[in-house]
Amino acid sequence: MYDLLTGPGLWLSIGICLAGLFVRGVLYIKGLSWQLDRVAYTAHPKAGIKGALRSIFFWILPFGTRGWRTQPFMTVLFFVFHIGAIGIPLFLAAHNMMFQEKLGFSFVSMNQTVADVMSWGVIISAVFLTIRRLVLPEVRILSTPHDYLILFLSSAPFITGLICRYEIGGYSFFLIAHIILGEILLISIPFTKLSHILLFFLSRAQLGMDFGIKRGGMKGKGLAW
Amino acid sequence: MSESALCNKSPIQTDEALKTLLSDTGGKQYYSEMKSLEVDTSLLWTTIQKTCKSRIRTWLKICAHCGMCADSCFLYRINDQDPKQVPAYKIQSTLGEIILRKGKVNNEFMHMAMETAWAKCTCCNRCGMYCPHGIDVGIMFGYLRGLLYQQGFVPWELKIGAGMHRVFHAQMDVTDDDFVETFTWMAEEYEEDYPGLKVPVDKVGADIMYTVNAREVKHYPEDLAEAAILFHLAGEDWTVPSRGWEQTSLAMFAGDWEACKIQVNSVYEAMERLTPKRMVGTECGHAHRATVVEGPYWAGRKSGLPPAESIHYVEWLAEALRTSKLKINPKKRIREPVTLQDSCNYIRNHGMKEITREIMSYIVEPGYFIDMAPNREHNYCCGGGGGLNGIGLYREQRNKALITKRDQILNTGAKLVIAPCHNCWDAIRDLEEEYRIGIRWSFLKPILINMVEIPEHLKPKE
Repeated sequence: MYDLLTGPGLWLSIGICLAGLFVRGVLYIKGLSWQLDRVAYTAHPKAGIKGALRSIFFWILPFGTRGWRTQPFMTVLFFVFHIGAIGIPLFLAAHNMMFQEKLGFSFVSMNQTVADVMSWGVIISAVFLTIRRLVLPEVRILSTPHDYLILFLSSAPFITGLICRYEIGGYSFFLIAHIILGEILLISIPFTKLSHILLFFLSRAQLGMDFGIKRGGMKGKGLAW
Repeated sequence: MSESALCNKSPIQTDEALKTLLSDTGGKQYYSEMKSLEVDTSLLWTTIQKTCKSRIRTWLKICAHCGMCADSCFLYRINDQDPKQVPAYKIQSTLGEIILRKGKVNNEFMHMAMETAWAKCTCCNRCGMYCPHGIDVGIMFGYLRGLLYQQGFVPWELKIGAGMHRVFHAQMDVTDDDFVETFTWMAEEYEEDYPGLKVPVDKVGADIMYTVNAREVKHYPEDLAEAAILFHLAGEDWTVPSRGWEQTSLAMFAGDWEACKIQVNSVYEAMERLTPKRMVGTECGHAHRATVVEGPYWAGRKSGLPPAESIHYVEWLAEALRTSKLKINPKKRIREPVTLQDSCNYIRNHGMKEITREIMSYIVEPGYFIDMAPNREHNYCCGGGGGLNGIGLYREQRNKALITKRDQILNTGAKLVIAPCHNCWDAIRDLEEEYRIGIRWSFLKPILINMVEIPEHLKPKE
């Protein structure tokens, strides 16, 4: 079972994830229209690239935008969650050992204590993000089952991962559960809102180009995000 | 499908149709007919399939429902943080729902969508700056307005406004002759004080082609005189086109994209006919947005730029003061607390935040200028943007919306508000009438007229 999941299972889920994201990316870019979107995407490449990069940069910088600064609680939850969600799958030592063995390559491995802190960070922030959804009226009105499912899908591998880490309960059962949940997560990325892994960058770049080319980027100092 | 007399899917194309619709005071019959207006669901869905592409579809799909846009919306804040005023909710429950149902929505739904699109969003685009995903709900509401207009679900005043552009190439029933006559007459009125003051009409190859807002012609001709005087004192080589002089676009507020194109093409044709070095537009926000920022796309210009370089009045004024074409009498600078309204349409949406503050540095004695909070591209809408000022049906919602600006102004302690935008100027006037906070409000032109020095050779001979 373990070999099946970490062999063909891993390849398949990574493959579906990457291919799916690729298709979404291509469809997104192909669906952009200078006239319907009213942005001269290709006419002013310099202003467009500058606008796109600024738009991405300030938003991936903790407290880099006024939006982040005005909602510090959400900002902390957001970054703690995302830093762990990206960092742990790629840089956990245990993952890298498996990557090396099964895929033939690995990334840099992080210190175990840092990994523990980051993993707990993901789980704690996921709990607070869920509470936030339930408690704040302006978030509750927007929340759909899909949103809760996404939170569950993305935090479940961390919960099972930590159970394995501390060897609570049956190790082999939770390891298999962890791998299955991780692979379900990978496969669901292109088909759910998790596609924002890629579309966040494209959507931010698009709005950045909109402001950079059309809405003032070629005048003055540019938008203070 | 039988169409009612006043409220239907056909745009206004003739003067007669305009007069008929105008005679229905307050749109009483129009709105009563709207209650039985059928939704052409197949047209709605075909239009969406043709025009709703990856940008908007992705925005609707990836919206994380995080609610971070809530606080960015002044209408959410001023309406006691009603969750139904959260930008993401407003668009998901209207445009999002129409797409989910593949256009199969009914009359009642369209009434709700109309109120949401015009009374719950002024298309100020502020939320676009606060969404981590870069989702600009204001843009989507602009798009939704187009769908609603096509189906005939548009506020009465904006149906008329869009029709005006189709019939008169202006937002009001002002003809080309009215424009030229009024402008020339206003210049004559002031010729005694400013010898040589002229309004050059249709001059080919001038440095500046000046375009206006039709209501200056109809209701505020003083504004035209002031513009002429300031160009005259600055020694500018300027002209006005006898056709294509109207810069505004109520069609943009209405979502009548065909009329938007007709309107903006009339200005671009004037640019092509007169080949000015630059076009300068009057102190209006949406006019600039329509003609300079969005217009090139309606007209199908791939560069995204108008045929001639086009600038806002504040850009011309800042340049004239910077280069001493216009000189301020230092003794006449403003010496009282004064604040400035940032118009969404050219500050947030066209990057002129430093330009207007540069003007303040020339005309206000240091220490007297007080910025509102927040300001620049983060400033709140005046409360009447996106056409909301002019819609009688939503007057109550508009008046509530004004409270945001009222409190922003009160917090500065200033009694004078400079508002270089027609829409903002109206909203601030109305908030004073509604709430009586004891402020004065002004465009830049009248303030400048009172403080510029008249060069020796332009002074009247005694």
